[in-house]
Amino acid sequence: MNKRDLLAYSFLTVFAVFTIFSMLSMHSFGVPDENAMDQYIIDNTVEETGASNGVTAVVFDYRGFDTLGEATVLFTAVAGVILVFRRLKK
Amino acid sequence: MKGMSLIVRTIANISFPFILIYGFYIIAHGHLTPGGGFQGGAVVASGLVLMLIAYNAEWISQRIKESHLSIFESLGALSFVLLAFLGIIFGTAFFSNFLVGTESLFGGIPLDGAANINTGGIIPLMNFAVGLKVIAGLFAIVYVMAHFISKKEGKIA
Repeated sequence: MNKRDLLAYSFLTVFAVFTIFSMLSMHSFGVPDENAMDQYIIDNTVEETGASNGVTAVVFDYRGFDTLGEATVLFTAVAGVILVFRRLKK
Repeated sequence: MKGMSLIVRTIANISFPFILIYGFYIIAHGHLTPGGGFQGGAVVASGLVLMLIAYNAEWISQRIKESHLSIFESLGALSFVLLAFLGIIFGTAFFSNFLVGTESLFGGIPLDGAANINTGGIIPLMNFAVGLKVIAGLFAIVYVMAHFISKKEGKIA
């Protein structure tokens, strides 16, 4: 076992220990510690956005920046694919 | 890339309008039912891809040009950002929903809990913008790849 393997194994051990301890200290599924934001969105979605679908209200209104980033990712992907695949016949 | 058999073409011809209607329904009802611009746009783009693989790339390129797809995608992205900027002018912040609560189109608030399509403020408009962008974008990817394959096959054969 050389120096690099020793470094890798020690890093993996530390990483695994931290992961296991953070898993053990997680709250149980479906019971968030802080639910003020969730309750705010559930209570005020219809009055503030007028949308019956709460998920779309979050995606397009409360988190519009996230959707803008998603649209930019799609735009970049399409631009890249068109750039790679066009004009290769010459 | 020669296209597929008569059976596949007939079934594609029959199911194509229904796929389009379903996709546009998902886009238009994004603020009421599950789905939205991304999901409905993917459904419509799948219908267009069905026609592309049932026929062939040349058949599609006689009807839709790749530059038109680019224009449509840019148009969707620009109208999405423009709607977000209109929130600064007419509302309070970037992406603020300035249409909700007004008398304009999509301005209603469904306080009785009933699903009314004339609600949601700018959310339906943004769904249309993102839907246009996703239709043109996803179809452009398959379109360009299909043309690449057909040119390559023509060179080998």
